[in-house]
Amino acid sequence: MTDLATERGLAVELSDLTRVYGAVRALDGLTLHLEPGELVCLLGPSGCGKTTALRILAGLDQPTSGTVSVGGRDLTRVPANKRDMGMVFQAYSLFPHMTVIDNVAFGLKLRGRDGASRRKRAGDMLDLVGLGQHADRYAHQLSGGQQQRVALARALAVEPSVLLLDEPLSALDAKVRVQLRDEIRRVQLEVGTTTLFVTHDQEEALAVADRVGVMNAGRLEQLAPPAELYSAPATKFVGEFVGLSNRLPATVTAGVASVLGQEVPALDGSATGSGSALVRPEAISVVADPSGGATVTTVQFLGPLSRVTCQLADGTDVVAQLASTDAVRLTPGDAVRLEVAPSPVLVVAD
Amino acid sequence: MRQSTGFKVGRAVGLLAFAVYFFLPLLAMFDFSTQARGSAEGRTWDNWAFMVTDEDLRSSIIASLLLALFTVVLMVVLLVPTMVWVRLRVPRARKLIEFLCLLPLTIPALVIVVGIANVYSWVTYLLGDSPLVLTFAYVVLVLPYSYRAIDAALAAIDVTTLAEAARSLGAGWFTVIVRIVLPNITSGVLGAAFISVALVMGEYVFASLLIFDTLPVAMAALNKSNSPAAMAAALASMVFVSLLLVGLTFLSRDRHKQGASS
Repeated sequence: MTDLATERGLAVELSDLTRVYGAVRALDGLTLHLEPGELVCLLGPSGCGKTTALRILAGLDQPTSGTVSVGGRDLTRVPANKRDMGMVFQAYSLFPHMTVIDNVAFGLKLRGRDGASRRKRAGDMLDLVGLGQHADRYAHQLSGGQQQRVALARALAVEPSVLLLDEPLSALDAKVRVQLRDEIRRVQLEVGTTTLFVTHDQEEALAVADRVGVMNAGRLEQLAPPAELYSAPATKFVGEFVGLSNRLPATVTAGVASVLGQEVPALDGSATGSGSALVRPEAISVVADPSGGATVTTVQFLGPLSRVTCQLADGTDVVAQLASTDAVRLTPGDAVRLEVAPSPVLVVAD
Repeated sequence: MRQSTGFKVGRAVGLLAFAVYFFLPLLAMFDFSTQARGSAEGRTWDNWAFMVTDEDLRSSIIASLLLALFTVVLMVVLLVPTMVWVRLRVPRARKLIEFLCLLPLTIPALVIVVGIANVYSWVTYLLGDSPLVLTFAYVVLVLPYSYRAIDAALAAIDVTTLAEAARSLGAGWFTVIVRIVLPNITSGVLGAAFISVALVMGEYVFASLLIFDTLPVAMAALNKSNSPAAMAAALASMVFVSLLLVGLTFLSRDRHKQGASS
């Protein structure tokens, strides 16, 4: 994190938030702390409560119970327009009757800034997102990616205490999505605003976040830096939701899991006794061995990497991810032996 | 695609027939209203000038124009915030509001007048007997048409997201409605306004039975004593409303051009 960040960002605290809609508990005791200047992604399947959490932080929804505070100030009952937050929406949200620069300057106008300083600040924000030359266009003259950039500039123009991103990229096509995602991160680091980013796209979350919170059924399953989330999932849900995992039969004794006849460390939180080990495809290597007990079924070429699916004697499919230079030696039907890298695995009860 | 001569001729004849059917009565009205009185020869504008010179007719015209204005203002002030609010906060109530707004369409005007006659005796008691108190009844009368026009305009924009975006930037509800929603539904509001004006300018049953002197009532009375002048007033009012509707068509077409694509 930059120095700018610690100066400008504020800490955000969501405490024990619950939101009940009729019979549905959209949030079920969510507690989340954001460090000043940090970018936290909330990741989860649709309906897991991530958007509800963000909307409650924005003041666009009210929690059934629990509190929201920013920079130590309790905002739970403060209306959305008094919360001083910037928000980018999933749907295109530029005001159609205003030019781009008027859109960006709208929040400043409401704050009573004079015309000249408003235009200056709005122009600076547009430059920051690389759209300075489009200031006098209307939303319908911009592409989807450009509209979302303007929305980002508009949200940041008011120097919000918190930046909220509600799946801002999901309406865009794949290439623009990656570009804009990197741009959001660059801009966020530059301005140092504490940011909550909600997405269902794990690649997006892992790529931009300082920490990723995985949510399921209204609760936070794990909150950790991307690498840790990937290598050391705390729960079965996280292990299965984030990245690809093979479920392989395993037995755990004294913190050591026996998987495919090999011994690897078991992560904290693993089940004891027999269960399923969640093993990443890249942790499995495939060795040609006529008596290996596994058969290659498909080889899928993905560029630098290839995905090789093998079948064990008992019918279990195992996916391995290899460098394509190694995978070319394998063809479907080959007898192979599977080896598991000695990185820790999570073993879950069946 | 080339069109045959026969088709073109047929079309021209058809258009001509319609033009004659529509414009002949208007021309006849104009002719009748500008004929010199009695056995005198030539044309006169006296009957048209009568609209200004005659105290009663003039005041009824002013009353009707003001009624139209007040009806439009009250309709917009009541309907737009209510409809936005319902869409954003109580979507469940939308069907109910729609039903209530369309209700006046299904009840004959006569029935409504009989029903509200007693209410109006209180209204006139409290607010005086100016024809302008008819505003309240007329707002109800124009509700079905206005509701439809505004509802279509609201459906064309993402009110929820726009309002939330504005709220998050610090806008209160008043600002959201006046500065964000209203500018984006102007064509719908204009449509509602013009239709309301047209309805109010031609409304006879309410005004006549509640005994207020609006233009249609004055015209009907005048027709008995001075029919050429009544004819002039009728033609003028018709032209006025037609111009409004033509204006609406052009305004909404311009808006479409401006807001195209996306």
